[in-house]
Amino acid sequence: MEAEDVGSKRGGNQQVMMALLVVAMVTQDTTAGKVVYQKWCAGCHGDDGKGDGDGARHMLPTPRDFTGAVYQIRSTPNSQLPTDADLLRSIDEGLFGTAMPGWKSRLSDRQRRDVLAYIKTFSTFFADTTQRPQPIKFGSPPSGGSSPEALKVGRQFYDSIGCRKCHGDLGRGDGPSAPTLKDDAQHPIFAANLHENWRFNGGGTVEDIYRRMRTGLDGTPMPSFDDLIGNKFLTDEQLWRLAQYVRSLSPKDAPVVRDVVHAPLTKALPHAPDDSAWTSVDLYWFPLVGQIIHKARWFAPAVSGVWVKAVHTADSIALRVSWDDRSASPDSAWLGFVGRVFGALDSDDSTREQPALWPDQLAVQFPVSIPTGMERPYFLMGSPSAPVYQWRWTSSARAAALAGVARGIERFDPVSNSGVGAQAVYDHGQWRVVLTRALASPDTASQLPFRTGRAIPVAFFAWDGSNGEHGTRMAISTWYFLALDEPVPARVFISPVLAMVLTLGLGMLVVWRAQQKTSFRRQQ
Amino acid sequence: MKGRIFSVVGGMFLLTVCSKGAAPAREPSNPPAASPDVSAAGGTITGTVKFTGTSPRNPPIDMSEEAACKAKYTTTPTEENVVAGPANALANVFVYVSAGVPAGQTFPAPATAVVLDQSGCRYHPHVFGIMVGQPLEIQNSDPLLHNIKAIAKKNRPFNVSQPGAGMKTSRTFAQPEVMVNLECNVHGWMHAYLGVRPDPFYAVSGPNGSFSITGLPPGTYTIEAWHEKFGTQTATVTIAGTESKTANFTFAAH
Repeated sequence: MEAEDVGSKRGGNQQVMMALLVVAMVTQDTTAGKVVYQKWCAGCHGDDGKGDGDGARHMLPTPRDFTGAVYQIRSTPNSQLPTDADLLRSIDEGLFGTAMPGWKSRLSDRQRRDVLAYIKTFSTFFADTTQRPQPIKFGSPPSGGSSPEALKVGRQFYDSIGCRKCHGDLGRGDGPSAPTLKDDAQHPIFAANLHENWRFNGGGTVEDIYRRMRTGLDGTPMPSFDDLIGNKFLTDEQLWRLAQYVRSLSPKDAPVVRDVVHAPLTKALPHAPDDSAWTSVDLYWFPLVGQIIHKARWFAPAVSGVWVKAVHTADSIALRVSWDDRSASPDSAWLGFVGRVFGALDSDDSTREQPALWPDQLAVQFPVSIPTGMERPYFLMGSPSAPVYQWRWTSSARAAALAGVARGIERFDPVSNSGVGAQAVYDHGQWRVVLTRALASPDTASQLPFRTGRAIPVAFFAWDGSNGEHGTRMAISTWYFLALDEPVPARVFISPVLAMVLTLGLGMLVVWRAQQKTSFRRQQ
Repeated sequence: MKGRIFSVVGGMFLLTVCSKGAAPAREPSNPPAASPDVSAAGGTITGTVKFTGTSPRNPPIDMSEEAACKAKYTTTPTEENVVAGPANALANVFVYVSAGVPAGQTFPAPATAVVLDQSGCRYHPHVFGIMVGQPLEIQNSDPLLHNIKAIAKKNRPFNVSQPGAGMKTSRTFAQPEVMVNLECNVHGWMHAYLGVRPDPFYAVSGPNGSFSITGLPPGTYTIEAWHEKFGTQTATVTIAGTESKTANFTFAAH
């Protein structure tokens, strides 16, 4: 009897030991994860995982609050927890279009797994181990996805299930409900611009898009459309067609930045943004980022980049700059949105910014003269000693542009005789602006004379008024180059012909002379 | 004693339902016999909810983007933030027993679904209650896209779409939560509030501000009244038998 008791006690001790060991292993995991978390994650996501770290009020979208266990990017059905693989994917790859970078190259496999385990401890939902989230299973996309018939089916459902309400008629995130969108934390959120699939949070392939429509983006206004198949509103194939249609709105490949904009020589200058002459001109993409160098800094730029085309004639130049913008500002429908943007971000100005109706703006920047060496003025609007020459367009005076000299970010002196012409079109979430000027400068001291065959530095700046952007709150680029291609001189084409004719002539002369001599001798 | 055993059984049933998460609750095959019949026995708490001060104006809703919804109104529809009745009566107040129900006493979820209708780009009802595990049936009576987003902390949130009239979606809630916010992001003005309770002791004040909670076993209860703009108020009520007690609430409009 006694022996039995001892035995059972020993057995009990072993069980306790085992339990302790398991606990120890788990704790070890999350303890190591906590170290990684505090070093690399807490700065944005906060010590307690509430998404309230020091950096949180300097970014939109805001960092994830882990306490609610609500995750946008999942493979699991709407409202369910993500799988570990889902979370690891976001940690590894980051979330495109947000401040979340990928950590695959910065942290070891072990560190990323540990931090994943630690992140899950912030929410009690993960403690319930009876919940085993399972990915939604689905097949592969039906073939022929890029055929006009398939895209037509996709477009039909784009309209019938109401995608346009938020994403807009052409998919640029400019739908009628777009200005009212908020996430769970009441922060403003943009409907995705479906023309920039390389910025989709969960990836831009047809499969990614299809999966997002079935899972929804939890915590955001984007719902799940999973029930639609069950409700016989559409078939699985039709949902795939919709995904293929959405994919077709973006370029085949993400745009690659090429440093030099080539402006070919044309006979006539296309002044209108939609002039058919533009269609054959090469298109260049330049990404823009928030201006976070000078106060007041701007961490939430709305314009992700500009598309540029350029041509020139014997005496003038035309630049067509287009960019996606969800509204033709000033637009009072977006005033509430601006208020929420300011509410979500800390200003580094002493005064709190009040929402107002600002226009959209574009600035194209050149040096005042073509630099002879490598040195260029400061890219961020020059300096008092090395100013820059700029063209400035605003949506409040669409068909006009200013030119002037910037001596730093806060000093722009317009010139009176700018000679810069402007024409603009706003169409379904996109501005297309053509700026023109004579190649010769009206004033060589401050206004750049354009010359062919030279690399002319150029930079771009954009403001979205309906996102609260004005003054130093803007999106900026670095220096790139503009090259006015020289006309190929006529001699390039004539010389070979001339040489051939001359060679032939000389040859014939030699033959003729030889024949002459032969016939002379014979006569003798 | 017998009742206890049955409530444990009932509780286990409830747990099974809850652990199914978002899956629609199945109809209980044999409801536990000893479950309290809230309609017959027990005490009743009735009362009226009023407010003092000037009622804030409900903002008009611009439905010009949705002709099908706009057509359902003869006058400009407004939001329903503060719905006032005669003599400063306050409707849409969720009144419930927040404390006093013995821990361990469980109540089976009714199999009948609570229906949330979307019609004229507004929710009907605007404020309502549901029991843990009881099905919530969301239906669309508008021929256009609504998304239904539940913002919850204790329950899993969800966000589903209903792009056409006649669509139905069913969801259940696993945990008590006051309140779960429901909203439509396509129509930013659409809000509804849902109180999820583990017991049937809740009511929503009507157009004349009155409410009635029935079937309360003897005990001392904390009654909380929740209003979307005016916050919460509490009262303590003791029930001895099958009597009816009164608990009135007055909110200050601000």
